Amino acid sequence: MGVEIRVEGLTKSFGRQVIWEDVTLTLPAGEISVLLGPSGTGKSVFLKTMVGLLKPDRGHCWIDGRDMPNLRERDMYEVRKLFGVLFQDGALFGSMNLFDNIAFPLREHTRKSESEVRRIVLEKMEMVGLAGAQNKFPGEISGGMRKRAGLARALVLDPQIILCDEPDSGLDPVRTVLLNQLIVDLNAEIEATILIVTHDINTARTVPDNIGMLFLRQLVMFGPREMLLSSEEPVVRQFLNARKVGPIGMSEEKDLSELEAEARLGRDPGALPPIPPQLMTSDGRIRRTQHAPGEWLRAHGVTPPEGSFIDEMGRDWLEEWPRYVSAMSADAGRPAEGAH
Amino acid sequence: MARAGKMADGVANVTLREPGRFFALSLDTFRALFTWPFQWREFLQQAWFIVSVTVAPTIMVAIPFGAILSLQVGNLIRQLGAQSQTGSTAVLAIVREASPIVTALLIAAAAGSAICADLGARKIREEIDAMEVLGINPLHRLVVPRVLACAFVGLFLNGIVSVVGIAGGYVFNVMLQGGTPGAYIASFSGLAQLSDLYQAEVKAVVFGITAALVASYKGLTASGGPKGVGDAVNQTVVIAAMALFVENFVLSALYFQLVPQKGM
Repeated sequence: MGVEIRVEGLTKSFGRQVIWEDVTLTLPAGEISVLLGPSGTGKSVFLKTMVGLLKPDRGHCWIDGRDMPNLRERDMYEVRKLFGVLFQDGALFGSMNLFDNIAFPLREHTRKSESEVRRIVLEKMEMVGLAGAQNKFPGEISGGMRKRAGLARALVLDPQIILCDEPDSGLDPVRTVLLNQLIVDLNAEIEATILIVTHDINTARTVPDNIGMLFLRQLVMFGPREMLLSSEEPVVRQFLNARKVGPIGMSEEKDLSELEAEARLGRDPGALPPIPPQLMTSDGRIRRTQHAPGEWLRAHGVTPPEGSFIDEMGRDWLEEWPRYVSAMSADAGRPAEGAH
Repeated sequence: MARAGKMADGVANVTLREPGRFFALSLDTFRALFTWPFQWREFLQQAWFIVSVTVAPTIMVAIPFGAILSLQVGNLIRQLGAQSQTGSTAVLAIVREASPIVTALLIAAAAGSAICADLGARKIREEIDAMEVLGINPLHRLVVPRVLACAFVGLFLNGIVSVVGIAGGYVFNVMLQGGTPGAYIASFSGLAQLSDLYQAEVKAVVFGITAALVASYKGLTASGGPKGVGDAVNQTVVIAAMALFVENFVLSALYFQLVPQKGM
């Protein structure tokens, strides 16, 4: 079962340069969240602050009732055992082959026998599509493989919180989708709280339960996926729809003349594109924390754009959902408690 | 005004913040020293690695060092008619001063740069961060074994420099300067005493610890990509060499104060 993470008024600066200030958000236990933002807004710094690798100027990050930035070192190492972190480049140990890399947390923190370690490691390697690469060294494999090996290492202890720093950078589109599927399935399986930092719009639109966005040292918005996908807030709208028109420019913020030129040309940000249905688990199981499609929109009286929640097979999930839930719960022989 | 502020900031950084962080790391390393379990494997690997990068250069430096001492002192001593005492000066100069200095330089240059480059590369590849997130203290896992390995190897390097340097001096004196083997060996303990060797060994251990700590600090704080690692290695060699010479002076001064000297 995942753990709730409550971030309160977190502020971080390097010297005189403020990275972000007063970030307050709650990652609900067991849900998948995505953190977005243009390059250089300190998303990776945010992840590192959450695990206590960087010390914030002020603010709290409550994990399981403990305030991570203000813990003693020994307690911090203890809390970190809840985490599985995938770093940007995988951060594998260069002196070990992939097998030893992935086995490392097991050998350090558990008393499992070597045959059991072997079984778990091979299972995780199979899961991320690295079967047969046990004896390769990190220097000998591609960036995408390093990333997947890093994910396998992050998962090996069945963590309650998984943080992924750009899991999809350097991966081809097919592997990205498969990796997203893997994350969703994993969430259904171990119910970990997951935070993904990404630039990939497709990932951000289809995978998470919640989306947050950092821009210009602020957390612009954090909330359910449907809230951000239907938001008229210019920054969020521009980013989530990958548009040129909007406040984000090449140098983080567009300057006044650029904005005036844009206004003169009468550039309209355009209508919101349809909201895609959320990625389902591969075996059709409903995640415990999964929300019904359109739930947030209905609760807040927002009409979704035309064509929303229709998947590639033409099914309308707003209509499909109740049927799906009853079919799944009849299958499993249990009430659909998660489908609120 | 802004420039003055920046300069003051830079000065504070060099004089207060950096040394402060270095001593903090040293203290944390000292605390991690007593954490169970001791990393024997890493210690042995590192010790072997340090031996492999330092032994050959140490010997290559020690031979000419012994020879040049014989050359300089031998000429003078012969003119004074005390050629039978060449051995005693060689032992005194090499065991007491030359071998700790050579050891210091080699440890700072060869071992320190290698340790810093290794840790720095791991730092910028985020391996150190990954290790901390996996709940493992890199000071305990990586720094403590390196510091101990450096001290341990320093001990023996100092011995090698002494032996090779004296042998070099012997060969030079006997073969080229016409000294007699008997006189060289007989005067061995004319000026030097056993405590000279002890103080040299103490110095070697202290140098090893210092160089490894400086290298670890610089490596673990490397930032800014491959160039950052290169800069860190460069600074390691310079800072460690300076620190070791200062320590050498302080330890020598203490030694002369504390231990009565022979024949003076």
